[in-house]
Amino acid sequence: MTARTDAGAAAQRPMPAAPRRSWSATVLVLALIALVTASFASLPLKWAEFFSAAALRSSGEFLAGFAPPELATPFLAKTAWATAETLAMSALGTLLAVAGGMLLALPGAGRFGRTARAAVRIVMNVLRSVPELVWASVLLIAAGLGPFAGTLALAVHTAGVLGRLFADALENTAPLPEQSLRANGAAALPAFLYATLPQALPQMLSYTLYRWENNIRAAAVLGVVGAGGLGQMLKYHLSLFQMPAAATVIIAMLLLVALVDGVSHALRRALTR
Amino acid sequence: MRVSAVDAAAVRDVRHRDPAWRGRVAWTAVFALALWPMFVVSEFTPAILFDRQSLAATGQFLAGFFPPAHDRAFLLMLVRETWLTIAIATAGLALALLGAIPATLLVTEQLSISRLGTRRMAPLPAAMRQLVRWLLVLLRSVPELVWALLFVRIVGLGPTAGVLAIALTYCGMLAKVYAEILESSASHTSDALLANGSGRLAALLYGALPEAASELVSYTVYRWECAIRGSVVMGFVGAGGLGQRMDESMKMLAGGEVAAMLLIFVLLVAGADAVSALLRRRLG
Repeated sequence: MTARTDAGAAAQRPMPAAPRRSWSATVLVLALIALVTASFASLPLKWAEFFSAAALRSSGEFLAGFAPPELATPFLAKTAWATAETLAMSALGTLLAVAGGMLLALPGAGRFGRTARAAVRIVMNVLRSVPELVWASVLLIAAGLGPFAGTLALAVHTAGVLGRLFADALENTAPLPEQSLRANGAAALPAFLYATLPQALPQMLSYTLYRWENNIRAAAVLGVVGAGGLGQMLKYHLSLFQMPAAATVIIAMLLLVALVDGVSHALRRALTR
Repeated sequence: MRVSAVDAAAVRDVRHRDPAWRGRVAWTAVFALALWPMFVVSEFTPAILFDRQSLAATGQFLAGFFPPAHDRAFLLMLVRETWLTIAIATAGLALALLGAIPATLLVTEQLSISRLGTRRMAPLPAAMRQLVRWLLVLLRSVPELVWALLFVRIVGLGPTAGVLAIALTYCGMLAKVYAEILESSASHTSDALLANGSGRLAALLYGALPEAASELVSYTVYRWECAIRGSVVMGFVGAGGLGQRMDESMKMLAGGEVAAMLLIFVLLVAGADAVSALLRRRLG
């Protein structure tokens, strides 16, 4: 009955009625507008100082100071060393994180009971919700200035991230192979190593490589709190207003990130083809 | 009888042999050798953690963690700074959108008219798109923290530097991903509209956007969540908000304040995570 009247109405009307708007979408948009307005209203933003003629001139001078990047050989060698330091920090940090993440992932995948799983998952959430830079500034107290603190910071944050990913990967494996090994008398550890781990290993490896890529980018800036690598050099030269040196360091950072992006893009292409 | 005993020994023997053992050992050795320079370069000295002086400093700092600071003035300051952190992220993202939306319209191949039919763009529009693309690459490949460091030198300490840094970096990221989302969504509707003489803006609004809207919004919400994390981190170079206060407390080794801030920070990130997950689920 209703269907027929609907069809008749549609034949008379040139266009179908517009879909009904849901009130929740309107509320969401209003809340969004309120949030943005409140943000701009409450921030002590200094646009006037930024866009005034004097400010524009001084920022022009500031930027012009970068113009010829410092290219003296000793300085380039120092930058290259800092780049190597950045790479080493990221690689070691990721490796330590793999070890830590694996230790967290075993209870995190529910192998030692449900309470252990919940507790470890909370720990992993805390580890990964504090960013590397914050960890670095906390760890400086224990590890002192330099790349070691940065390495530990990367390791702590990434252990949280990888631990969760590893735990999920382990939980998603088929349980039957390990159960049948256990039923046939294998000990717990060999059963895990030869039945469950090989299933999850490719995925865990790809997560690890992905995080390493992220960590190289993070390690490049980690130094601004004093944790070694290119970031520490950048902070140092900027605070002494040695702009050409800072420009060289920024270029080194850009090159490093571009290189990593290029390599990972090429690798992914080669692997997925 | 004797035969079965020999069999049993053979079985035990087989059970303990790993066919790939030699390879595993060799690869581990090669790996360890390649790793050695890394340990040297990154000054990897775990002993430092356990020497008496550093243990004392760490112990003192950690002892201050309990109880976290909770006097009234401090808590009020924390609330104010937390809001400031959210506001920096939101304002930065809003400014980034102001740049990213026009850049998307310029870059996306979905709205190219010369591409219709031939699948090949005219040289001038192609060059223009490439130019804007390079600009976006430059914007997003300088890390936001470095932008913040530079802006702190120009506009001084405070949230302006943070807002500008987020605006520039996220403009580059958002425009790139928006253009990719538009290009990867079904193009029949917008192609048909363009081919029949509709304007580019109308083709975008009625053809391309309805296909891609939920994905675009969900990516923006995800980036907002990232911006909140970023705005805390940028506080450490003096760009205002929770990070700047945390840096100050850290330098004074005020364990209680640091503990309270870490707690607030974990809650803030979890909250942003939950809001963003909720919004994205709603958008389907």
